[in-house]
Parts: sequence; C-alpha cells; structure tokens
Amino acid sequence: MYDLDRMKGMAAKGKVSRRDFVQFALALGLSVTAAETMFVKAARSEPKRGGFLRIGGAHGSTTDTLDPSNYLDTYSQSVFGGYMSNSLTFINHKGEWEPDLAESLEPSDDAAQWVVRLRKGVTFHDGKDFTSEDVIATTNFIRGEESKSPVKSTLESVVEVKADGPHTVIFKMSAGNADFPYVLSDLLYCMLPSRDGVADWQSGVRTGAFILENFEPGVTCKQKRNPNYHWEGRPYFDEVESLVLTDVVARTNALTTGDIHYMNRCDLKTLNLLERTQGVVVSELTGFGHLTLPMLTTVAPFDDVNVRRALKHAINRQDIVDKIFFGHATPGNDNPIPPPPSVKYATVPEPIHVYDPDKAKFYLKEAGLSSLKVDLSMADAAFAGAVDTGVLIREHAAACGIDVNVVREPNDGYWDNVWLKKPWSASYWSGRPTVDWMFTQAYLGGVAWNETRWTNARFDELVNGARAELDDAKRGTMYAEAQQILHDDGGQVVLVFRNFVDAHSDTLAHNEVAVNWEIDGLKLAERWWFA
Amino acid sequence: MHPIVRTLLQRVSLSVATLLAVSVIIFLMIEALPGNFASAILGQSATPERVAAFERQIGLDRPPVERYVVWLGNLLQGDFGNSLASAGSPVGHERTVMSLVGPRLKNTMFLAGLVAVVAVPISLALGLLAALYRNGIFDRLVNLTTLTSISVPEFFIAYILMLFFAVRLPWFHSLATVNTDTELLERVARCTLPALTLVLVIVAHMMRMTRASIINLLASPYVETARLKGLSPARVIVHHALPNAWAPIVNVIAVNLAYLVVGVVVVEVVFVYPGVGQLMVDSVSARDIPVVQACALVFAIAYIGLNLIADLVAIITNPRLLRPR
Repeated sequence: MYDLDRMKGMAAKGKVSRRDFVQFALALGLSVTAAETMFVKAARSEPKRGGFLRIGGAHGSTTDTLDPSNYLDTYSQSVFGGYMSNSLTFINHKGEWEPDLAESLEPSDDAAQWVVRLRKGVTFHDGKDFTSEDVIATTNFIRGEESKSPVKSTLESVVEVKADGPHTVIFKMSAGNADFPYVLSDLLYCMLPSRDGVADWQSGVRTGAFILENFEPGVTCKQKRNPNYHWEGRPYFDEVESLVLTDVVARTNALTTGDIHYMNRCDLKTLNLLERTQGVVVSELTGFGHLTLPMLTTVAPFDDVNVRRALKHAINRQDIVDKIFFGHATPGNDNPIPPPPSVKYATVPEPIHVYDPDKAKFYLKEAGLSSLKVDLSMADAAFAGAVDTGVLIREHAAACGIDVNVVREPNDGYWDNVWLKKPWSASYWSGRPTVDWMFTQAYLGGVAWNETRWTNARFDELVNGARAELDDAKRGTMYAEAQQILHDDGGQVVLVFRNFVDAHSDTLAHNEVAVNWEIDGLKLAERWWFA
Repeated sequence: MHPIVRTLLQRVSLSVATLLAVSVIIFLMIEALPGNFASAILGQSATPERVAAFERQIGLDRPPVERYVVWLGNLLQGDFGNSLASAGSPVGHERTVMSLVGPRLKNTMFLAGLVAVVAVPISLALGLLAALYRNGIFDRLVNLTTLTSISVPEFFIAYILMLFFAVRLPWFHSLATVNTDTELLERVARCTLPALTLVLVIVAHMMRMTRASIINLLASPYVETARLKGLSPARVIVHHALPNAWAPIVNVIAVNLAYLVVGVVVVEVVFVYPGVGQLMVDSVSARDIPVVQACALVFAIAYIGLNLIADLVAIITNPRLLRPR
C-alpha cells in the first residue's frame, strides 16, 4: 500500500485530482465510495492557502460599528472580533483556554495577581508593535467611566493594571480568580492599538488574521489576508466577505446556488431538504446556549422547593425538543452548565429531570397541595417558539394535576416589563466558557442577572471558594456540589441546550470545531480552508 | 405668470409644508413606540445604569421637543445629523446619516430606474396593442397575465422566480447584494431578478390604465372623424387618441414609480438588496430616529416630486391648460 500512501500525500498537497486519485484507488481494488472518502480525508488533512470565502450571516444590522462595546450579535462578534482581532487568550475546541496574544499567564498563590507575558514580534495591521501599553489602553477603555462594554462588569474585580516592561502586564485583583485566563478570551476584550495611551477602535486596525478592506453596515464587510499574522501559516483564505443575510430563505438559496460558502442558523423546518442538496454539508453542534424558564423563588407558590421540583418533573423536555426544535436541541437537566465534554468541571447532576407525572404529583403532595394553578408568561422575544413551548407545557402539566395558564406577552419591552418581573417567564442564555462565569453572573445570591432571585448560602460559599482555588481536584468537587444544589433546589428550569445548525459548501474543510460560540468559536475564517 | 411656473411654485411651497408635517408625524410615532435606541440596542443585557449612561451619551435624556427643534435647525442648514449608532464616537468618526442613506438611496434609485426603463415602455406598448385589438385573444391574454401577476403577493413572485431562474436553472443570482464597488454590468446582472419581480408587479396597473383611457377616447367624435377619413387604426390610436390620454397615464406611471422608491422593502429583503426600505425598517426597530427621519423625508420627496412631474406633464400635453385665455 506504499503507492496509495504516496498518492494520499500528493492529494493532501493538491498535486493530484480527485479523478486521478479515484482511478488509481480503483485499480488497487478499492470501491468508488471508499476511494472518494479516502480522497476527501487526505485532501483535507492539510490546510491549503488561497481562495475567496463568502459567508452569509443571520445577524448584522445598520447600527453595527467597529466599537467592541457594540459587538452585540454573531455578525460583529465574528467579523470584527473573531476574524480581525485577537484577545490575550482563546478557547480551543475542548473548551480550554490557550494563549493567543499572550505567551504565558502566571497566577500568584491566591490567584489574585496574574502576570501576563505577551507574545513578542506581534504587529498591528499598520505595522505598530503590540506591547503592554496596548493592553493597558484596551483595559482602561473597557473599565472607563463612560464605557458601555458588557465586559465592564466582568473586570470589576481588577483593581490595577500595570506594565512591567514592554512585554509584561500585571493584573491585580481584589479577590482571587483562577479563571482569569478565560475572562481574557472574550472577543469583546480584543486588543486595540494605543494612540497616546487611548485605545483606538475607530480605525479598525487590529492584530487579527484579516485586515479590514470595506465595511458597509448592515450589508457587507470585506477583509483581506494579513500576511504578518502571528499564527504561523494562518489564515488560509486570501479574502473573506461576510454578508448580512437575515432572511433565512435568502441565506439558504445563496448557499445552494453557490453565492456563499457558509451560512449559520439553518431553517430547521426545511433542514432535511437542504441536507439532500448536492455539495452542501449540514453541521450540527451542541453549544453552550440554553433556553430557560426562571421561576421567581421569592414569590408564592415558587418559594416552596417542592412546587419547583413538581414543575421540573411536569415538563416533557424531549417532547419540546422534538416538536419545537425538530430534534435539533438537547434536553436540559436544570443545570445551566452543558453536559460534559463541554465546559471544564461540568457534571450531570442526578437524578436527571425527565417527564414523570407520578413524581410531579408526589412533590405536589409534599408541598401539601392537591392541585396547582400557575401563570407562565411567554413571548417569542425570549426565543423563537416560546409561546408554542408554553402551550406544550400546559398539556404536559395537565397530566400531573397542574394547571399552567400560558400568558402571551408582547415582544416589545419583554425584557423591561416581563423578565425578572413576572413570577414565571422565559429567557435565554448564550452560556459562558467557565462554571464560575455562568454562576457568578446569573446564580449567586443578589446579583443583577439572578433570574430566579434564588439564594443558597452553601452554593454561594462553594462558588466563591472555588474561584480562588488553584487545585484542580478540589475545585472540581466544589463545582460538582454547586451544580447538584442548583439542580435540586434552584428555581431555574433549563429547558434545552440549543444546537448550532449551520451549513457549508463541501469545498470547505476544517479541523475540529470549537463550540464555545457559533461559527467555529467565531473564528471560522481564520481556521477553515478550501479543500 | 405662466401657468407652469405658477403651478410649480405653488406645489413646491406646499410640499415643504407637507414634508414638515411628515417629519413631525414620524417623530411622534417613534416616540410613541415602547423603548428607545438605548434599550433597543442594549436588549436583555441592559442594566438601568448602562441604559441611563447610554441615553446621556446620545442625548436621549433631553425632552422630545428640544430634540426635534435641534434636528430641524440642523436640517435647515443642510445637516441631516449623525446616526445614533455612532454617538459617542470621537470627532471625525461619527457616522453621518447621509453616509448611511446616500449609497442606499443610489441603490434604490438604480433599481427603480432599471425597472422603469423596462416596465414603462412595455406597459405602454401592451396597453396600446390591447386597445388596438381590444376584446380579442391578445387583449384577453395580456389582461389575464398582468392581472395574475399583480394579484400574487410580490414575495411569492420573487420566490418563484428565484426557484426557477436561480436555483433550478443557474442563470441569475439569488442574492442581489451590491456595494459601492460593484461595476455597472455586474450590478445589472445581480438586479435582474428583483427588477423582473417589480416589473411583473407594476406592469398591470400602467398597462390597464393606458388601455382604458385610450378606449375611452375612441368613442369621441374626433376619433370617429379620423377613422372616417380612412386612417389606419394604429395611426388613429397613436396620433389622435394617445396625446389626449397622457394625463391619466402619466399619473399612474408616477404613482408606480413612487412605489418603486418607497414600497419595495419586501423585495429588498427577499433578494437582500441594500436599499433605503430595508435601512428604514432596520432603523425603526433600532429606534435610530435621525436615520428614520431622513428615510421618511426621502420617501416623501419622491412621492411629491413624481406627482408634481405628472401634473406638469398633464398641463404640457393639454393645450387648453398650457395656453389659458
């Protein structure tokens, strides 16, 4: 089989055509299908330079700007954050952080001080060297008085940032945070060039794989390859254009007619038709994003843990996955951390919450109730299909002796008037790359985004303790217990984890895909290539 | 004063008042919508402090009357202002409303022009021919086809055309995305399907009006005389009936052209064509008032201007109006 291996090598280098390869393999006695598969595998194993990639995105609007505080959807996050910029770290396909613009990160013993050594020889698109001054300017831009960056609250514990030479930055924090490298991976915390100490986002000059060529808000953005990119060999495409195609039919047609090579957010109803289209590959990944039904645990009857448990067992999540998401979601288990392998320290708390009318009735009895009537406030502003989900839940709960009254709320003003105000409503989370991040932002007692107003002293103690814990095993045990408590006692119904259903042309090739965000961790243009 | 000049002056001054009224109404309507730019942009992630800080930054904390008067004052000096999306940017990096609306307006005008160039001659010709061979097979066929195409919703026509001429037969592009660098030929090629959709949508109206007004005139005595002189039916229609039919036809053409400028947002969305309609819808949902106002003014000007032209044409083609005693 030496010759076949040699042919494979040539296929990988693009020196032999598919036709020649298949003919050769047939001569050696392989079947056509086997030969085709082998060619595709061989040809894709090694990235190739060149080509003009066109991506059709489901988001983007005329209000998009280059300001990283304003990267609110996957369009600006991928095009400006992912393709054009870099953060100090990034999240790989296993959900772990790796250094990007940083070279190494060293915590102090209590994890309250981090020494970040920067990669040397990195330049911005205009040729300026990337140094500690840029890190400090960017950090101050986010922490500033006038800042409207969503990262501002995450950086609240940072009390001081100072340079120690041109390639070392020291972050001092008010309390230890072992997950600080993950915080640094945020694409909204991408590195901006410093101009006299002030971060400059306006010029669009960054360090990333692609250089901004032309940007028309809400229409298109064209970028060309950065020849001096600090990741050896990357990126592979010569040019990339990202189109705003918010209409899903337009997006699908553009892909099937070859106008674009990649689209995100496929139409689930017609997905089987798309799958049959020649030259189109549908890809599906379970991400961190999840849909929730928060119960306000300060309001009767949700202040009774038995009522909460009864309701958690009165919802048929599998049915919702099948009927609302056409199977393209994963049932939740009232743990906002996606089941492993995903985020580090993720666990699956037992017993898994499945539809069980007997158990629901049992918990109802424990609560001293024979029947229960609750309002569920739903609007499609929370997630597409929320109202239909409510109607399904009403049917499920009826069999458990629970009368769920679905209240249809207006989409406009939903987040102002319904969410966090009505006792039981719907919400969505895009998820976070660490347990700590998710819990600190949305589940600790008293935090602004605690959707359920749930407080649990032991839970808070575990989460706060684990944050500064550098011993992996100890940390894992603490997080496992915290997840278990939230699952058993919390007011959160984690309905489903939504899948990213994307489609692309079969001319594209890639390595393993990151799941921390859509579009290969928002860095598709940097990581993929034309086979 | 010449009647054309008088009409022109009258109508122009009236239209300024109309534009003012339009801008007030649009402003009030956006104010009446729940939420403002700050909360629309920040969405679920908004904390009250962040919304308040943002409102201060973009000046939304001021009373509405003050904001309107300031906007109007700037407008009178030819400054459409800046999009709220760029508020807080350093000087020199603001995104002006004109830089957003300008290229979009060019795109809209290009598509409208392309459609007009195709649709107007076709509908006039079809209308004339239908009048000439009225109640015959040709007339019935033309009526049936155009009435069918106008009765079907435009997005449906768009999808049907896309299915057959972009997906099944890869003749045209399914996406009409153009940008400022797109060359003319490429632009025309990309706009083929949206233009075809719009032609199908507007031909019926203009063609039926041409046919109806000509048939109406065919019963009048001077046409009878012309026919008795022994002129051919085609000559009777083109030389004797048509000049007197211009007024109603031009009015319908004006209405349809105005529709091409202001009402094609559905077609823009289906083909992802970056026109003013989509910009206005986007800006309304983001509550970006300066951009919405500019779009509304553009639309109002298109309507008023085209109707003015139609009236002028009506006067010019009618000797009694042109030379009053």
